[in-house]
Amino acid sequence: MKVECEGNTYEFEKPMQASRLLEQLSLSRETHLVVVNSRLVTEDHKIDRDDEVKLIRVVSGG
Amino acid sequence: MKCRVCGKPANINLRSYKTSLCEDDFIAFLEKRVSTTIKKYRLIDETDTPIVAVSGGKDSLSLWYMMNGLGYASDGIYVDLGIEGYSGRSLEKIRQMADILQRKVYIFHVRNALQEGIDSVAKVIRRPTCSACGTIKRYIMNRICIDKGYTVLVTGHNLDDEASALFGNVLYWKKEYLWKKNVVLEGKEDHLVKKIKPFFLCSEREIAAYAIMKGIDYIYEECPFSKDAKTLVYKGILNRIEESSPGTKIMFVKGYLNVVKEKGDEKEGDREGRYCLQCGYPTFSDKCSFCRLLDKFGTGCSVEFDQYG
Ligand SMILES: [Zn+2]
Ligand SMILES: [Zn+2]
Repeated sequence: MKVECEGNTYEFEKPMQASRLLEQLSLSRETHLVVVNSRLVTEDHKIDRDDEVKLIRVVSGG
Repeated sequence: MKCRVCGKPANINLRSYKTSLCEDDFIAFLEKRVSTTIKKYRLIDETDTPIVAVSGGKDSLSLWYMMNGLGYASDGIYVDLGIEGYSGRSLEKIRQMADILQRKVYIFHVRNALQEGIDSVAKVIRRPTCSACGTIKRYIMNRICIDKGYTVLVTGHNLDDEASALFGNVLYWKKEYLWKKNVVLEGKEDHLVKKIKPFFLCSEREIAAYAIMKGIDYIYEECPFSKDAKTLVYKGILNRIEESSPGTKIMFVKGYLNVVKEKGDEKEGDREGRYCLQCGYPTFSDKCSFCRLLDKFGTGCSVEFDQYG
């Protein structure tokens, strides 16, 4: 799967849960939302190999 | 996870509400919270003409969109700080939204009024950029209401903004600010417009989710000057607490509002109100800080607004 986050792109071979993906990138579910194929998903969502993933940071400066 | 309302696959898990929801039910859930906030705190009544302060970010654009959707027809006001690249890209997003909503947006160009961008202005008066920016924004957003007859200024401050500010005020016991925050700040006739924050009880995460679901195209990059390190640190700490104890942020802020309400009775005598002799804006001296900026940088023209839509 292709994962986009803050201008970086990552490739992951195996399918995995959204929560696992956040963990791998050391991101918190409180600060990042997971969008799979343009749809927001919950952390138990299983991401497939050919999915397109975007991680959206929700915190802004102030 | 399944949507608690309809049983379809959920799109968002809200641990602080112990619930998960699909897109449609989440949108309804969040809009309900905002309209309840508006009613409960009497933010807007039928005779009001609100205007939304827009920056191009997720909070202000979602708010502008939602307000109009909820039946509170509102125009927008944007302060163009003249920041290379960033300001133009923000304005683009705002124009797009104005087209979608079929609403007007006023634009104040700092460069036109002060002949310089915000960074140069801040440097000359030896203030941090964000503090000069705050002075100008507060002034202009008030001024547009007085000049064009809007009765309520609506801003996109969210739960995380309020919780982190409150956290900072408590940490350093900034008594002069501590009890001044609220969902609504009343105005002073002809001088200061009423200010409201309908997103006071909505988290950044919820608002970002709303923006994604509604396809709201906002500016994702941060203002190059907004690296307010402290705010980000406080938000980070609160989010870590939230991670292990969901619901802490909303309890913190709601609890605060309750205390403010209790304290409401022991009203502190307002410091003798003075107004700028030039423009009428509240100030502690003869001239407000914006008029002083105009003296220093201005061309002598009055404050003017562009209009789009
Ligand atoms: Zn549902
Ligand atoms: Zn003045």
